[in-house]
Formats: sequence, structure tokens, C-alpha cells
Amino acid sequence: MNQISFSSYDFQAILPQAALLILVGIILVVDLLVKKIKIKNLLGWTTSVGLAIIIFGMVVFSSPGNQTRSVWGGMLRVDSASITFQIIFMIGAFITTLFSMNHDKFGDRGEYYAMLLCSVIGMSFMVAATDLIMLYLAVETTAIPLYVLAGFITTDNKSVESGLKYLLFGAVTSAVMLYGFSLLYGFSGTTQFGQLIIAFENGLFPQGIKILILFLILTGFGFKISSVPFHFWAPDVYQGSPTPISGYLATASKAAGFIVLIRFLGSVYSFDHQIWMIIIAMIATISMFLGNLLALVQKNLKRLLAFSSIAHAGYILIGVASGNSLGIKGAMYYLLAYLFTNLAAFGVINVVESSTGSSDLDQFRGLIKRAPGLALIFLVSLLSLAGIPPFGGFISKILVFSAAMEANLVWLVLVGIINSILGLFYYLVVIKQTFADTEEKSLIKVHKSWIIALGICVTGIVLLGVIYRPWLGWMDNATMNMLLLYFY
Amino acid sequence: MGFPILSITILIPLIAGLVILFTGRKNPNWIRPIALVASSLVLLSTLIIWASYSLESAGYQFVENIEWLPELGISYHLGVDGIGIAMLVLTGLVVFSGVLVSWNVDKRRDEFFSYFMFLATSVLGVFSSLDLFLLFFFLEIAVFPKYLMIVIWGSPQTREYGGMKLTLYLFIGSMIALVGALAIYFASPERSFDLLILEKAGFSLGVQKLWFPFIFLGFAILGGIFPFHSWAPDGHVAAPTAISMLLAGVEMKVGVFAALRVAIMLLPEGAKFWAPWILVLATINVVYGAFIAMIQKDFKYVIGFSSVSHMGLVLIGFASLNATGLLGAGMQMFSHGIMTALFFAIVGMVYDRTHTRDIASLGGLVKKMPFAAIGFIIAGLVSMGMPGFSGFVAEIPIYMGIWQVSPVVAVIAILSIVITAAYILLTLRRVFFGELPPAYENSVRDINVRDKIAIGVLSLFMIGIGILPGLMVPLIESGVSHILALLGGV
Repeated sequence: MNQISFSSYDFQAILPQAALLILVGIILVVDLLVKKIKIKNLLGWTTSVGLAIIIFGMVVFSSPGNQTRSVWGGMLRVDSASITFQIIFMIGAFITTLFSMNHDKFGDRGEYYAMLLCSVIGMSFMVAATDLIMLYLAVETTAIPLYVLAGFITTDNKSVESGLKYLLFGAVTSAVMLYGFSLLYGFSGTTQFGQLIIAFENGLFPQGIKILILFLILTGFGFKISSVPFHFWAPDVYQGSPTPISGYLATASKAAGFIVLIRFLGSVYSFDHQIWMIIIAMIATISMFLGNLLALVQKNLKRLLAFSSIAHAGYILIGVASGNSLGIKGAMYYLLAYLFTNLAAFGVINVVESSTGSSDLDQFRGLIKRAPGLALIFLVSLLSLAGIPPFGGFISKILVFSAAMEANLVWLVLVGIINSILGLFYYLVVIKQTFADTEEKSLIKVHKSWIIALGICVTGIVLLGVIYRPWLGWMDNATMNMLLLYFY
Repeated sequence: MGFPILSITILIPLIAGLVILFTGRKNPNWIRPIALVASSLVLLSTLIIWASYSLESAGYQFVENIEWLPELGISYHLGVDGIGIAMLVLTGLVVFSGVLVSWNVDKRRDEFFSYFMFLATSVLGVFSSLDLFLLFFFLEIAVFPKYLMIVIWGSPQTREYGGMKLTLYLFIGSMIALVGALAIYFASPERSFDLLILEKAGFSLGVQKLWFPFIFLGFAILGGIFPFHSWAPDGHVAAPTAISMLLAGVEMKVGVFAALRVAIMLLPEGAKFWAPWILVLATINVVYGAFIAMIQKDFKYVIGFSSVSHMGLVLIGFASLNATGLLGAGMQMFSHGIMTALFFAIVGMVYDRTHTRDIASLGGLVKKMPFAAIGFIIAGLVSMGMPGFSGFVAEIPIYMGIWQVSPVVAVIAILSIVITAAYILLTLRRVFFGELPPAYENSVRDINVRDKIAIGVLSLFMIGIGILPGLMVPLIESGVSHILALLGGV
């Protein structure tokens, strides 16, 4: 075992998470006070301002470049990948907070924001974890608040059902994953990624066991990223959860799952590329087809986006399956673009739903007449989801397809292309509804915080779609960290 | 790098579109003037590009090259050769006349003109791209404006079906081409999307033969190649007039232009290998399209299928792979673009006044709208390849070119002239001559000045080039000679 000693750097490394924790404390205190002073949305603004300060601090002070550092006795790793995605999760939580305001049922509840922040802490540790125990703790720290958030509207049966469903699926899959971890520990006697990779190299694991463990662990990660065959929860949970939370689950939570998956495969399984490449490629294929085909028949937009999010997990997995640096970079870029895109889409649904009381496709008919700006934002996000320039989705798709081409997975590219066409079809159907003529003049109320959030999302989508170099530059370092984790 | 005239040409409609989209609701009176000014500027700047292109130095001119994503060999690389310039001028003309003929669009006018402008940006961008990535970037921007314009302003009976069909077909085509494009990107020694670098890449025979069909067929779907042509008549008929003009007149050229630029120019050996197959499909296009056009009862479908037939001639010109054939193809791209835009414009004018496209219930309209009838006759003569019109300058070289390769195909294709003459004259007689139905005696009025300007401008170019082929032939020839160098080399 390693000698555990703490250095000042150890504390410095978890400063952002500590700050988040302090913010949680502040929220809970303000929550107690707010009942007396009655300022609308005080909690939401406190959370978002606090997050903004932490994001700003991280952007300014922590840029590790291409350096990596192990902290807390090898539990966590501070590198470009972890810091980039910690910032991205916080941006996701920031936008989600803005969308959560002005909702009667959860927008003025302290525990709602506290839970949200706790899940961000969990995700931040998830992407940095390089030890099985730490990883498991982080996964659970992320998941438990999300179970609560999904079922937060206790007066709504659908929300409660979705929370329960999410909990059951999450608990089972994480138990299976834990079994995989135990096998890893049993055969090697270590929980650290760095030691595990040596154990793999030394042939401590029989080939069959390696594959078994891979399947067990993919169960846990597959749940997080909602890929087939662990996707069953997604449609019901997305539909039942409070809409800002659906968006958060589909973006930040999914991204965290992907980063862990990439880190795990890229380190522990880095020498068995050919084994997992084909497995991931198969999962990607089925996810894309299933997600897109089922999305074709959906009448509820939250459900439709849930299936589309399963399909998008498939596209991102194309990048992962390629296993080359372009693929990892593409997958990360995809996650970033997808974060803004999907948050915008769920954001628009959030606005329409809060005015009309439903997220059915019919409610969006003629949105261009009722709220032109909102309809145009919806158009941008749907086009980006469909992979149309000049939006972020286009370059993301090109990147993952290129990576698969480079890895000689031509068939996978063809599958991706067929699915892009399927996808375009149902996005166009939604766009048609949104832009249809209508006599109806029901008012759509858009609050200030929602406008800010939608503005950030659209800016993100367009910037990611037109300017590539700076963002891909970040991803470059992050990719190096992922692929060369143990080759220094 | 001099004055970035290409970028400016591309940006004018984009900016106009954004301005209209964001301010049009509050200032509805400004929408049409902005659109007209923007389209005039586009036309003007394409004409300036035409006039200032130096035939002596030939090659790609007005080049702009800015690094975009150098790690992947993507750059913002613009430049045009002779064929590209012809296409830019075509776009300028069609956009300009498109704005004029849709002057009376009342429904959601701000959105209409802004999407129209976005569509113009997309096409202008494709014709100026010297980077494969950039080409796809511009190409796919067109997806949403064309879809929305068809489903919102199209003809109520078929717009949803036609719009979806057209958009999906075009997206499928571009996606198939994308696979091929990525494949040759990774096969190139210096990984780059730059077309000029890829031209010199010297792909192996296997790569060329394998990926040529992907790229060529993918883009040719956009040009309406048989058996993937059915989107064209359905989509064009469903679309509102200005969009039919732009889609049939220019978007179809985007397809064949990209097929030429990417497939034939980058993979010349592949082109030689697959040319007989292209020839077979294209000949079916020409003859089948003409026959189907003849039996149509709907005025607009006649024109829709005539496009299919004429685009087949362009592809035959490509497949000949010799100087005459390619020259004819280039001329035909320009000539057909203007001709079909004029046809669709006149169909739209007739429909706006009679509210029907059923040929049987029309007749004698020459008394009411003589100028439109003259326009239709001119377009018809171009379509038949009459000497003195641009169609002659385009079609004769195509037939001559293909004669050198396969006289049989030439004979079959030449037959189409007869069929074309038949359906054009039949349609002309039924719609414009004969007895004017009494219902239209009082209700139908002559077309207005703006429509006349649109018809006049388009006709002027068709007659001008027919009488003075020297205006455009050397321009196309300079582009063709570069293609021949690529075909002969390697």
C-alpha cells in the first residue's frame, strides 16, 4: 500500500469541490432565512452566482496544460481532462439552475439546489477518479442526489415514478458494476488504475475474466450514458422528471459517464483495444438504431429527446470505439456541443411546458407565431442535434465519423450516416410543427433567468459550430491525458 | 490575397437574412427593399467577378485562404475557376429574379425573405469553396431553409410530402458523398480537405475505383440522377415559385458541380472507370425525363420533369470526359439554370393569376399576359436547343462530345430533342394559345413590371449567350482545360 501523506497540493486539488460544498451550506442557510424575507428566486440566484464565481475561478486559476498530477495517494488525478470536464459540468449545472428558477414546485426549494450541487461534486470526482473505491464513491455521490431530483415533484405521480425507476435501475447496475470492481481487486489485489494496468500486463487476468469484468463494468457505465441495453429508464425518467433535471441528466450526467468510460478503457483496458472496440461498436450500432427508430413514433417531446439521447450516446460511442486520439477528441467535443444543444432543447421545452402544462408535440404547433425567439432557438438546437452546420452538432459528427474512418470502421460510419438521416426526419417533423401556421395565440411566458440560460446555450452552439481551434485545443490536452495515462 | 470579394458575396445575403429575420417583424416595410438591395448586390458582385476574371492566367482566382482547423487540414479556402464563375453569375441572376417574382408574398414575409437569403448564402458558398469540409459546411446549411420554405409556403396539397422527400433525398445524397470524402481524406498522403492539395494527391487506382461511386452518386442525387430523381419534380412542384427557381435552377447545379469538382477532378481514374455506367443512367435521365414530361397534366410537373431530362444532358457531358463534352456540360449547367428558373417563374405567374396548374383548364393566356408568353417561348426554344439561344451552344457540344465516345448514346440522346420540342410546343399551345376560358376573361390580369424585369433579365442572358457564345465559352473552356489536365495526368 502507498504511504499516505498529504501535501498542500492535495487540498488545492479539491478546492473547487470544497467551494461547492460551502455553497451547499450557504444555500441551506439561505433557505432557512428565505422563508422570512421572501425574495423571489433568491435561492436560484445565489446558486447560479456561486457557481459562476467557482467556474470563473477554475478557468482563471487552474490550467494544468499538459501536466498531470496524482493527489490524495493516487485516488484522484488532476489533469486537463478532469479540469476541463469539471468546468463543463459546472456550466451544465449553472444553466440547469437558471432553468429551474420560477418553478413553483421546485424552483424555491433549498434542498433542490443543494442536491444539484452535490451531484456536481460527485461528477467532479468521477472524472478525476483513478481508484476503484474513489470511482464507486463518486458514482454514488452523483447518483443519489439525482434519484431524489428525478422524483422531486412529490405531488406528481409521474415524477415519483421516474425517481423510483431511476433509483431501481441505478442501484441494480451499480451493484453489477461493483461486482466487476471486486473481481478486479480479487485478481490483482489493488484498486488503483495504475497498479491494475500492470496486473493486466503481467497476465494476472485470464482472458475470459477480462471480458466478464468488462461486461460487468459496462453495465454500470452503460446506465450512466443511457446506451442500449441499459437505456430502459431513460424515456420514463426524462418524461417524468422536472424538465431542467431531464436536461441535466441527458447532458452533464451522461458526459460524466462517458469520461469515466473513456478513462477506464483507455487506462486499465488500454492493451486490449481490439476486445472492447468491437463490443463498443456493437453497442453504438444498436443504440443508434433503437434510439432513432423509437424516436420516430414519439408524440411527447421529452420522450422524443430521451430516445434521441440514446441515439446520441451511440454516435459518441463511435468516437470511443475508434479508440484513436481523433475519436476521443471527437467524443469529448461531441459531449461539449451536446451539452449546450440539449440543454437548449430541454430549456425551450421547459418554457413551453411551464406555460401550457404539457410537453406534447401539439403544444409546439405554431410556436413561431406565439414566441418567435423561442422557436428560432428551438430550431437552432434541433438542427444542431441533427448535425447541420453552422452549429456544434455538425463538426462533432464529422469528427467522430472521421475517427471511425481512420480506424477502418467504414461499416460503423455507414451505420452512423443512415442514422443521421433517420434523425433528420424526426427533427424535421418537430421543426415543421414548430413553424406551422396557427390561429392560436396562447401566451408563452419567458422569465429573465431562462432568457439568460437560452442565450448562453445558443452562443455555445454557434461558437462551437463555427470556431474550432480553441476548444479543440483544450480537448487535445485532455485526450493526451486519457490515452497516455500511464505511459510517462 | 486581395479584396475578399467572394467572402463578401457570400456574406451579403447572410447578413441581409439575419437583419430581415431580427428586424422584419417590427419594420415590415423594410423587408423587401433589403432583400432587393442584397440580391442586386449579389448579382452585381458576381458580374464584377465575371468581368475581372483574367482568362490569360486562368486557374483559380479571387483566392482566399485562412486556416480554420489546421490540425485536420481544414481551411477557409475560397476561389473560383471559369465554371465556378458561371455558376456564381447564375446564382446572382436567379436570386435577383427570385426576389422580384416573390414581391407579393404576403404570408410571413420576414421569414420568407430571410430563409431565401440563407439559401442563397449556402449555394454561393458551395460554388466558391476550395475546401471539401467548407463545401459540405455550406451545402448542408441549405437543409433547413429549403425544407421550411417548401412546407410553409408551398402548394398546400403536396408540400409536406414534397418538402420532406426533397430534403431527405438531398441529405442522403450529401451523406453518401461525405463517406467518400472522408475516405479519400484518409487515403491522401497529406491529410487535408483542401481541394487543390487533394487534386495532386495521386490516389491509387483501387481507392479511386472504390470511392468514386460514393462521391459521384451522392452528389449526382442532388443533381437528380436516375433512379434517384423523383424528389426533383415532387419537391420543385411543391415549392413556392422563388424556391422552385432556386432549387431547380441552382441547387441541382450544386449537385453536379460538386460531382464534377470532387468526384471527377479528384478521382479521374475512377471517373474513367465508371463513365460508361454514368452514361447509361444519364441517358435514361434524358429520354425518360422527356417522355414523362410529355404526359404530365400539371403545368409545373412538365417543367419539373424537363429539369430531370436536361440535367441528364449535363451528366452525359461529364461522362464523355473530353473537351467538347465537358464544355457543353458547363454551358448546359448555366443555360439550364436560367431557363428552368424562367420556366418556373412563368408557371408561378400563371398560377398566381389563374389559381390552377391543370393544363387542360388553361388556354389563350397570350391575350392576357403576352410578355409571359414570350418568356415561355424563349425558354422553350432554349430548352429545345434552337440556334441563336444558349441552349444550342450548350447541347451541341454535348452531343458532339458524346459522339466521340459512343455514337449510339448520342443518337438516343438526340432523340430527346424531338420529344422536348413536342412537350414544349404542346404545353405552349395548350396554356398560352387556343381559346381563353371565359372564367379568366375578367379575372386574369397582365403580369406586372417586376415580373417583366425578371423575365427580361433572364431572357437577355439566354439570347445574349446564344448570339455571342464568345461571352461565356472561353470562360468555361478555361475551367475545362484544367479538368482535362487532371484527366490526362495522373
